[in-house]
Amino acid sequence: MPVFDLSTTPLRELNSALHALPQGANDTQFEVINPRGSHSVAVGVDAAVNVDVKGSVGYYCAGMNDGGTITVHGSAGPGVAENMMSGTVVIEGDASQYAGATGRGGLLVIKGNAASRCGISMKGIDIVVHGNIGHMSAFMGQSGHLVVLGDAGDALGDSLYEAKLFVRGKVKSLGADCIEKEMRPEHITVLAELLEKAGVTDVKPEEFTRYGSARKLYNFNIDNADAY
Amino acid sequence: MSYHNPYTPPRKSATFDDYTLAEIRRAAATGIYDIRGGGAKRKVPHFDDLLFLGASISRYPLEGYRETCDTSVVLGSRFAKKPIRLKTPITIAGMSFGALSGNAKEALGRGATIAGTSTTTGDGGMTDEERGHSETLVYQYLPSRYGMNPRDLRRADAIEIVVGQGAKPGGGGMLLGQKISDRVANMRNLPKGIDQRSACRHPDWTGPDDLEIKILELREITDWEKPIYVKIGGARPYYDTALAVKAGADVVVLDGMQGGTAATQDVFIENVGMPTLACIRPAVQALQELGMHRKVQLIVSGGIRSGADVAKALALGADAVAIGTAALVAIGDNDPHWEEEYQKLGTTSGAYDDWHEGKDPAGITTQDPELAKRLDPVAAGRRLANFLKVMTLEAQTIARACGKNHLHNLEPEDLVALTIEASAMAQVPLAGTSWIPGKGGF
Repeated sequence: MPVFDLSTTPLRELNSALHALPQGANDTQFEVINPRGSHSVAVGVDAAVNVDVKGSVGYYCAGMNDGGTITVHGSAGPGVAENMMSGTVVIEGDASQYAGATGRGGLLVIKGNAASRCGISMKGIDIVVHGNIGHMSAFMGQSGHLVVLGDAGDALGDSLYEAKLFVRGKVKSLGADCIEKEMRPEHITVLAELLEKAGVTDVKPEEFTRYGSARKLYNFNIDNADAY
Repeated sequence: MSYHNPYTPPRKSATFDDYTLAEIRRAAATGIYDIRGGGAKRKVPHFDDLLFLGASISRYPLEGYRETCDTSVVLGSRFAKKPIRLKTPITIAGMSFGALSGNAKEALGRGATIAGTSTTTGDGGMTDEERGHSETLVYQYLPSRYGMNPRDLRRADAIEIVVGQGAKPGGGGMLLGQKISDRVANMRNLPKGIDQRSACRHPDWTGPDDLEIKILELREITDWEKPIYVKIGGARPYYDTALAVKAGADVVVLDGMQGGTAATQDVFIENVGMPTLACIRPAVQALQELGMHRKVQLIVSGGIRSGADVAKALALGADAVAIGTAALVAIGDNDPHWEEEYQKLGTTSGAYDDWHEGKDPAGITTQDPELAKRLDPVAAGRRLANFLKVMTLEAQTIARACGKNHLHNLEPEDLVALTIEASAMAQVPLAGTSWIPGKGGF
């Protein structure tokens, strides 16, 4: 198993090795030690590799991940798993702002809390946060699911498109055009699957409230100007 | 004695002119501001206000058609392993599939490729046709991240991080529902027919320090191969250029207020940002002070229409230019051929700017398949290539007259200004004097 010690090895060598992996390679287990808050750790992964990062990372860890399974045994800085295409990213600790921003696919699991703008402009990614999320989360979320076991901060789902939000705890306030919605059986099913994939076993889908778009701002109407 | 009151003609207000009165009535009737495409239409100091001096006893010219005047340019030589090499310094600015029809994007790619230059994607992602028809394609990285993915990042020839554009520094965009076809909707991960808001700032970074980290991420994803441009609107060109360089840009793209947009509020287009002419010298000064002039290349856009404009932008210190509106006109936008249809839309050729409505008679700013069919991408591409060649020849003609064997050898000393305003902005002397306002020498 290749081990990259970022206290002695340049970041370039790690990402270069991850990108150079040939199709069908056997050696798909990577370990990163001493990340010490490095930015752009394991970005642009485009193969089914497993990367274990032993420590906390800076900005954009697992950015644009496409098929990799990346686990951070620590906390993550801003923009973790931004624009993820597919695969799985797990943060054992907390995540800073913009977690999963613009993500298009895959699963992001944050076992601690996530700061503001979690899932901003999400476009298909599934995000499960065990703790709380900060303000303006899922801003302009287009599709995908954001599941929060704890509480959500101010202006949840502001200017939301078709992303589906499930919050188990309290929501401080909803953003423009975001409303509470009925939890129908199909949502229970989807949520149960997401919880299972995220390794959550002691929580029932029925404990969550669903939020989504009221779709009143989908086409510009001057009479809605006060909503902005 | 009877007094006869002599006739005086009715006098209209210069402040409340006919256009202003009509706009007040339009706003009162509709309750919404005017949205349109294009760049600033107001008259601002521009390249027309500059003249080249040409050769004289102290400067000797080069022979036209015989002595070489090189037009090539390398973009992205600072950090990228694979910098871009172009035959002409006139590039095609970013315009999206969505705002433009597929045929229009293909025509731009074809024309640029024949002429040996690059074209640029826009807000909405990269299409296979666009990639296929563009030998050199710059992939825009925009706040909305519509259509953004690592595969396209890697098959691009350069990446352009868009911070702002000249038509609307500080503003986002809106592609109205009528232009959202199935394909456009799919590329943008949104339902068909709804308005698509393009955010005004990036979702995962704010400020120059973050930008530096974002550039690092994009370089790491693309293995440091691709040149990374940073595009800024003409707002604070000195500071924005310096900050882009500090953040690690290979190329700075600077877009003045005459630069076009697919759709923005008219009040924004006409009242925010600075004229292109006022932006170039502060940006060049920033590069020079950092020792980065010609190392970080500067691409200037916003109202470039001819080889003379190209030569003037380069003489002021740019390495290349980008054209958008002029390229659309070259492929057929606002062509008098469609005058009857422009009249039906309540406008006239040369003034049509309701690009967001998707009813373009020329088939360019539309997603209507019947209208789009009107544009033959092969013939339109040829027209663009012709136009690019003419512009390049014109710039060479001027450069040779100034004794330069490369367009990049043009310099401010070759220029004078016709007006005090242009003199102050371009920082070249008022014609016939040695005076540059703000620089002494009066």
